[in-house]
Amino acid sequence: MQRIGVFVCHCGTNIAATVDVKAVAEALGHEPGVVISQDYQYMCSESGQELVKSAIKEQKLTGVVICSCSPRMHENTFRKAAASAGLNPYLVEIANIREQCSWIHKDIATATEKAIILGKAAVAKVALNTPLTSMESPVVKRALVIGGGIAGIQTALDIAEAGFDVDIVEKQPTIGGKMAQIDKTFPTLDCAACILTPKMVEASQNEHITIHSFSEVAEVKGFVGNFTVKIKKKARYVDETKCTGCGLCTEKCPMRKVPNEFNMGLDNRSAVYIPFAQAVPKVATIDPNYCMMLKNGKCGVCSKVCSVGAIDYKQEDRFIEQQYGAIVVATGFNPISLDKYDEFAYSQCPDVVTSLELERLMNAAGPNGGTLLRPSDKTHPHTIVFVQCVGSRCDDEKGKPYCSKICCMYTAKHAMLIREKYPDTEVYVFYIDVRTPGKNFDEFYRRAVEQYNVHYIKGMVGKVTPKSDGKIDVQASDLLANEQLHINADMVVLAAAIEPDKTARPLATMLTTQMDTNDFFTEAHPKLRPVESATAGIFLSGACQGPKDIPETVAQGSAAAAKAIGLLCKNSITCNPCVAHSDELMCNGCSSCEKVCPYGAITYIDKEFRMPDRTTKIRRVASVNPAVCQGCGACTVACPSGAMDLSGFSNSQIMAEVDAICK
Amino acid sequence: MQVNENFEPVIVAFCCNWCSYAGADLSGTNRLNYPTNVKIIRVPCSCRVNPMFILRAFQKGADGVIICGCHPGDCHYTSGNYFTRRRITLLYSMLDFLGIERNRTRLEWVSAAEGAKFAATMEQFTADVKALGPNRRLEDLRCRKQ
Amino acid sequence: MNKNLKEQVLRSSGVNVLKCMRCGKCSATCPSYDEMEYHPHQFVYMVEKGDIETLMKSESIYKCLTCFACVERCPRGVEPAKVVEAVRLAAVRQQGGNHLKPTDIPAMLDDDLPQQAIVTAFRKYAK
Repeated sequence: MQRIGVFVCHCGTNIAATVDVKAVAEALGHEPGVVISQDYQYMCSESGQELVKSAIKEQKLTGVVICSCSPRMHENTFRKAAASAGLNPYLVEIANIREQCSWIHKDIATATEKAIILGKAAVAKVALNTPLTSMESPVVKRALVIGGGIAGIQTALDIAEAGFDVDIVEKQPTIGGKMAQIDKTFPTLDCAACILTPKMVEASQNEHITIHSFSEVAEVKGFVGNFTVKIKKKARYVDETKCTGCGLCTEKCPMRKVPNEFNMGLDNRSAVYIPFAQAVPKVATIDPNYCMMLKNGKCGVCSKVCSVGAIDYKQEDRFIEQQYGAIVVATGFNPISLDKYDEFAYSQCPDVVTSLELERLMNAAGPNGGTLLRPSDKTHPHTIVFVQCVGSRCDDEKGKPYCSKICCMYTAKHAMLIREKYPDTEVYVFYIDVRTPGKNFDEFYRRAVEQYNVHYIKGMVGKVTPKSDGKIDVQASDLLANEQLHINADMVVLAAAIEPDKTARPLATMLTTQMDTNDFFTEAHPKLRPVESATAGIFLSGACQGPKDIPETVAQGSAAAAKAIGLLCKNSITCNPCVAHSDELMCNGCSSCEKVCPYGAITYIDKEFRMPDRTTKIRRVASVNPAVCQGCGACTVACPSGAMDLSGFSNSQIMAEVDAICK
Repeated sequence: MQVNENFEPVIVAFCCNWCSYAGADLSGTNRLNYPTNVKIIRVPCSCRVNPMFILRAFQKGADGVIICGCHPGDCHYTSGNYFTRRRITLLYSMLDFLGIERNRTRLEWVSAAEGAKFAATMEQFTADVKALGPNRRLEDLRCRKQ
Repeated sequence: MNKNLKEQVLRSSGVNVLKCMRCGKCSATCPSYDEMEYHPHQFVYMVEKGDIETLMKSESIYKCLTCFACVERCPRGVEPAKVVEAVRLAAVRQQGGNHLKPTDIPAMLDDDLPQQAIVTAFRKYAK
């Protein structure tokens, strides 16, 4: 027999002014199962809660209905009060008679009538409520960071600092990412390698950090606190544990015509290689596409010169499996391909380069040893044209609709560095807008103009034509002077838009996280939860979430680490008890629910059932993992047999509410 | 068909907890008036609304049912409102097949910030249902309260 | 500003001039830039402002080669050449603004003129 208590709140005059609270309490007192119906000035106050608590104890209530403000406001307050009085907190229902009744209606008679109906619906629902208990699910105290750029390194270091084990999975042979390729950083012009490489070394030496370089995430299973990840360690044909990184093999390798991806293909490397001098881990890798030993079994020079016998031509891809409590995605970005931009002659002329290629051309460890020379004839360029927004802010399929955010600043940096080093060089920057929001950013850009005399021209380059004398004709518009310019340039630098790494999309599918139309990961809330994905336990770090410069990336990397630490600190996590469950006797094993579940919370198991004739039969039935289920209820509607139901919002409860409203 | 001025329709509104219920609360906070005919039922997501609930409401004498969810792409559960959209479309074709006015059922996207839209939508829907008159085709007279 | 004229140009060109982000790539790429008094990016901007009569009076509308370089290169998909064409069409369709009277035509004819041109001229310029 139900014993329901109804408590009607006046909320001062907020409710009482338009709803006759006494009449509501009186009317609801006659509802079936209601044993006590009271009204009070402020139900959420200490004494109001005391009223509820003592009624629960004295009347031995089995359900409580509070007619008050929105459940979004005080549902938790009353649930806690009920729990402290010994009633299961999920036996409390709120009838919203303030936001959805007294505040929007003026006529007392109709408002009171509506309040009574809302109260009746809540009484009808609470009569069918079942006590629910929150499940606890353990947390594995280990984090995975996917991507070993500055974002991933920062996140891993911060998590390790808190004392948790972290694994970094990096697809390249070395960590460091894009920042390792950059020469100088804006707006301070300090050397990128000088600030990055100590961090890389720190990460490799930290006892809590394990670096899986030249590896990829192959499979992700599980849920928050308990992910199982399969990591593919690609064969590098060199035993990581033996290799000392002496580099003798790279010197002796006869195959030297391999485009060096670290230098953006501007020079060549050998088939066995270490990407750059400060690589972490400093281990050689054999490129199977070029190694003559691996391709046709003839060579073997590296294995002969290696004094520690680290070369292993028979190595194969290995898979390792590991449990993690939290996963941080830090997959980063890449410049877009400019092949479709014929007007800039990028694929025709070697002297038309992207900004990242210019970084390598100017870098002391780059192909020219730090002297800026034209890639075509190795002469000094005297006129350099920078083109902004190449592929950014584009409405067509060639480019990206967003602003890449970093180009304005790095172009100012490049222009400034060139003018500083080679004052005889004329530098033109064609811009649409100069976007410099950031600390000391606009000052930096103004310095490029005022101090370094960089020619900033508002307008866009329309056409780049390589000429027979080696010069490049740049046709552009100067919108402020209202004229069309032709600049006889030696080099053209294109500020290519940046896009998320290509591996991000399949990774998002594995992690069941969301991406926007540009393949950037979507954060749980654009303002208030910027480093969490909507999937619990998956955090976002760096440019995989949107274009970012280094300080922002580092800030977000640390923020993601803080969120991951917050999760790893817990021994177990409390799950929302309002989750789906299936009636195994009704389930026909059709898989409809499994298909609609956005979280992959439903699996099918073979279960033995006893039949009426005392035989047993194995049937395929749905099983919901309550730790993964978020309680949306999509499966309950998809279920054709009605076996699937949602605790707290069950079919019968909602039907009862419908009936109470319609009657 | 003449409109009965005294007809007060019963309207059931299913609102998802994350967007539309919050939108309804916001219209309350802003004191934006809409008819008392609308009674809201809170569901975790618009995809929790089984078409059975809608038919049940009509059977029990409701004159209109409105389902409110997050805008497409904004669903708290990522894809719930897409399911709702498909299910309601299917329900429409069933109602059309049975010859029952589909205008008594409506699906609207209302975000947590759209209190004004919520009030305006309810105002409009109530007026539309009033114009349609009482629900005679689906109501089960045995359920009618005397 | 003539609202009807702007409406007509927008409709006949099918171009949404509000998509323009004023980068000037259309003018940067235009081969007959130096011939034009108003340049492609100005066409887009002036149509947006509704200043179409000025454009109609300008020689620029006949200087556009309709090479579609601007359409091809515009990062926002604005299609300036179509705007120019629409303004040209507006000039042609202008009531009472005929440059030619039927009585003037016999004096202008020569043997090389294709007959098609005469028919077209009548269609275009007759009231």
